[in-house]
Amino acid sequence: MAEPVAPARVLPRLAARLAGAVFVLWMVATITFFAVRLIPGDPAQAVLGGPGSQASPEALAAVSAEYGFDQPVIVQYFAQLGRLATGDLGRSYALNMDVGPLVLSQLGGTLLLAVLALTLAWLLALALATWSTRGGKVAARVGSSLEIVAAALPHFWLATSLIVVFSIGLGVLPPISTGDVAGLVLPVLTLAVPLAGFLGQIMRESLLVALESPFVLSARARGESERGVRWVHALRHASLPAISLSGWAFGSLISGAVVVETIFARPGLGRTLLNAVTLRDVPVVIGVVMIVAVAYILMTLLTDAASRLVDPRLRLS
Amino acid sequence: MNGPVLLSDSAAALTVRNLRVGFGSAEPVVRGVSFAVAPGECLAIVGESGSGKSVTARSLLGLAGTNSKVTADRLELGGQSVLGLTDRAWRARRGKDVGLVLQDALVSLDPLRPIGREIADSLRLHTTLGAAGRARRVLELLDAVGLPEPESQVRKLSGQLSGGERQRALIAAAIALNPPLLIADEPTTALDVTVQAQILALLEQITGAGTAVLLISHDLAVVSRVAHRVAVMYEGQLVETGRTTEVLGSPQQEQTRRMVAAIPGDKPRGTRLSPSGKPDTPSTLSTSSVQSTSSVQSTVVLEAVGLSKSFRRPDGTRQLAVDGVSFALHRGSTLGIVGESGSGKTTTARLLLALLAPEHGEVRMFGEPWSAASEKTRRALRASVGAIYQDALGSFDPRWSVAEILTDALNLRHERGTPPTAKLLTSLLDEVGLTPTVLPRRPLELSGGQRQRVGIARALAGRPEILICDEPVSSLDVTVQAQVLDLLDDVQRERGLSLIFISHDLGVVQHVSDQIAVMRDGRIVEIGPAERVFAAPQHPYSAQLLAAVPHSRWREKPPFGEKEPIG
Repeated sequence: MAEPVAPARVLPRLAARLAGAVFVLWMVATITFFAVRLIPGDPAQAVLGGPGSQASPEALAAVSAEYGFDQPVIVQYFAQLGRLATGDLGRSYALNMDVGPLVLSQLGGTLLLAVLALTLAWLLALALATWSTRGGKVAARVGSSLEIVAAALPHFWLATSLIVVFSIGLGVLPPISTGDVAGLVLPVLTLAVPLAGFLGQIMRESLLVALESPFVLSARARGESERGVRWVHALRHASLPAISLSGWAFGSLISGAVVVETIFARPGLGRTLLNAVTLRDVPVVIGVVMIVAVAYILMTLLTDAASRLVDPRLRLS
Repeated sequence: MNGPVLLSDSAAALTVRNLRVGFGSAEPVVRGVSFAVAPGECLAIVGESGSGKSVTARSLLGLAGTNSKVTADRLELGGQSVLGLTDRAWRARRGKDVGLVLQDALVSLDPLRPIGREIADSLRLHTTLGAAGRARRVLELLDAVGLPEPESQVRKLSGQLSGGERQRALIAAAIALNPPLLIADEPTTALDVTVQAQILALLEQITGAGTAVLLISHDLAVVSRVAHRVAVMYEGQLVETGRTTEVLGSPQQEQTRRMVAAIPGDKPRGTRLSPSGKPDTPSTLSTSSVQSTSSVQSTVVLEAVGLSKSFRRPDGTRQLAVDGVSFALHRGSTLGIVGESGSGKTTTARLLLALLAPEHGEVRMFGEPWSAASEKTRRALRASVGAIYQDALGSFDPRWSVAEILTDALNLRHERGTPPTAKLLTSLLDEVGLTPTVLPRRPLELSGGQRQRVGIARALAGRPEILICDEPVSSLDVTVQAQVLDLLDDVQRERGLSLIFISHDLGVVQHVSDQIAVMRDGRIVEIGPAERVFAAPQHPYSAQLLAAVPHSRWREKPPFGEKEPIG
C-alpha cells in the first residue's frame, strides 16, 4: 500500500524525532530532580532507614559525603545527568539495589495492565459508538449517557465498587492480584471503563460527522450497504482522532496504574513509585519517571505510525 | 406542467409523477413534482437554495434521508417502479441503474482512499469481476473521462488531484457500470470557469452517448450550456418547464423571470438586477462613468506599484503569490480583479489593506505612502478603507449582535466614550436596506443576504472612501446576489466610493466594473476598460477565460432528438 519513501526524506525526520525525544527526557530528568527536592526531609535520612530511624549525626554526615548530598545542588544535578547519560539510573537509597533492574522488573506488570486496558477501552468504545449511531434515538441517548458516566468515574471508586460486587458480593473474582488471569480482570476493567467512555465520545462524534459527509452519500449512491459504508469509509475516519489521543491515553493509564496497583495490591511501577516518593528514594523516583517517559515517547511514535497507516494523506508530505 | 412532453413515458429513463417529499411532521419540501427524462436527454432542475431540488434528486436514489416520507403517483427508473422498494432492492439498483455525481469531489470521494478504489467500488458491489478485471475497467473509465495518464492516477488520493481531475474521477465512479440515468447535483459549482467548461463538455459527451442526465443546478448559465430542457423549481414545485432556449429566453413565470433578470453578465453597468423600489438612474450613472473614464481630471485614490509577495511552500521553496502587480484606482470608479483560484487575487486584497507587507513595490493611498507607512500612521487612516469578505458569517464574532458589530465599527471614527446614537445605527441599516429589527440578532440568525448587508454596513460605518470587496457575492443565490450587487451600486453612487471588486465570476465583474484587471499566477496579464477587455481581449488567457464563461445569451442547442456532433 505504502509507496517506498526515499531514505533521504526519512532520515532527517528520524533525526528530528530522536533529538526531540532526547530533549523531552532531559526536561523530565531536570523537573523530577528538582521536584523531589521539594519533599521535606534529609535524603541521608532516607538512606539510613527513612524518617523513623534514629540515625546519629555522624552516620548522616558520612552518608551525605558518600552520596554527595553535601555538594551544591548544581553539582549534584550535573552528576545525576552524567550518570543518566551513560544509562546508569543509580542505586536505590532504601532498597539497597540498582534502580535499573528494580524498575525493569516492575515494568512488565504495569505495561501488561496498560496495554490490556487500552485494548479493552478501544473495543468497548468501538462497540458503543457503532451501536449508538445505528439510527435509533434511544440508542443514541443511551450511548451518550453511558459514555459520559463512564468517562466521569474515578478509578478509586470504580475499583472499590468492582471489588464489592464481584469479590465480596458474587465472590467470582479475587479482590487482590493473584498473578493469574482472574486477578487481572478487575484492575483492567477499572482502567478501561473510564477511558472507553472518553474514547467512545470522540469516536461517536467523528463517526456521525463521517456518516453525514458527501463521500458517504456517494458510496451509498453506488449501492454500498450500511455495513460497507461503516467498514470501508466511516470507521476509518472515526478512528483517526481516537488514535491520536491513544498516546495521551496511555500516559493517563500509567498514572491510573498508581491507584489501581495500590488498591489491588499488584506489583508494578505505580506502587514502586508511590513507595519511593514516601521514602524520599530519589533515584527510584527518577528511574521510574524516566522509564515511563521513554514508554510514553515510544507510544507516541506508535500512534503516529498508526495514524500514518490509517490516513494516507499523512504519508504525502 | 408547461411545455410539451417530448416523449412517451414508456421510453423514458426516468418518470416522476406527483412526487412529494416531507421530513417528519413538517410541511413537505417537495410538493407534487412531475417530470420525465429520456435516454440521451439532459434535463436540468434549477432553483435557489432551499427550493427542494437536491431533495428531489436524492429521492430518485432512495436516499432522501432516514426520517423522510416519499410519496408519488409514479416513480419509475427505466420503466420499472421503484416506489416502496426495500433497502436491499434499492442497493441493487444504485450505481447500476442510476449514478450520482455530487459537488466538489474533494469531499465527495473518500479522502482516505485512492481514487482507483473508489471508482472500482461499483464494480465490486454489482459485478463478479476479479481484482484484475476491475483494475482494467478503472483505467478504461479514467481514460473515458479524459484523465491523462490513468496508470499514474489510480493510486492517488482525491486531495492530490486538481479540482477538475478529481471531478472527472468522481464522474468515472458514477458511470462505472454505464447506468442509463446519471444524476449530477451541482457538479461544477466548486470549479473555476475553464475547468467548469471542460466538465460540462464531459457531461455533454455522456448525454450524447445515450445516457439520460438529470442536472441539478442553481446556475442558469451552466444549465443553458448543456441542458435540452429546463425545469425551474421554487418552494418545492416546478413552476416552469420547457426547452432551455424558451424558458431562459422568454420566461413565462415570475420566479423564472426574476432569476434570469438577476444574472449580471453583459447587462450594461447600472442596470438593476433585482426588482426594488429604486428606479434605474442612468443619468447619475453616466456622469460617474464619465468621471472615471476621463483620466485627465480624475484623481487616483489607491495605487499599487510593482507589488510582489511570496509564501513558503511546505517543502521550503518560495512561491510568488503576487508578482509585480501595478494598477491605479480612480475616484468614484470600480476596478474589477478577476482570475481563477490561486491567481493571487486575495493576496492582492490583503496587500491593499496593508494586512500583509509587500516584498517589493508599494501601495499608495491618496498619493501618500500606505504600505510603507508605520502601522501607527495607518491606523488613523484605516477607517478610509472598508473591506467586505465572501464569508460574512466567518468575519463576524458569532456571539455579537448586529448592534454590537456595527457599534464597534462606528467607534473607529467616533470618540470612544461617546457611543453612536441609535439614530446613527438606524440610518446605517437603512442605507443597506435593513430594518432596526435585526439589531438584537446574532449573525447565525440572519439569512445569507442579510449577513452580507450587515457586512457592507460595517464596512460603511467608518465613512470610507475606498471599499475593497473580496468575492462579496460568491456564496449567495443569484437573486440575492443581484440585490447585493444593486446595493453596492447604490452606495457607491450615493457616497462616491471607489471600489476594488475581486471575483472569480466574470459575469459579476463585467457588470460592476469600469476597469478590469485579469490575474493569472500572480500577474496581471491584461488591464483595461471593462467594455474593451470583454469585447476584444488582448491576452490569450483573457480570451480563453471569456470563452469558457457560459453566457446569458442562450446558445441555441439543438432540440432533443436531433443528433449533435460530440466535440
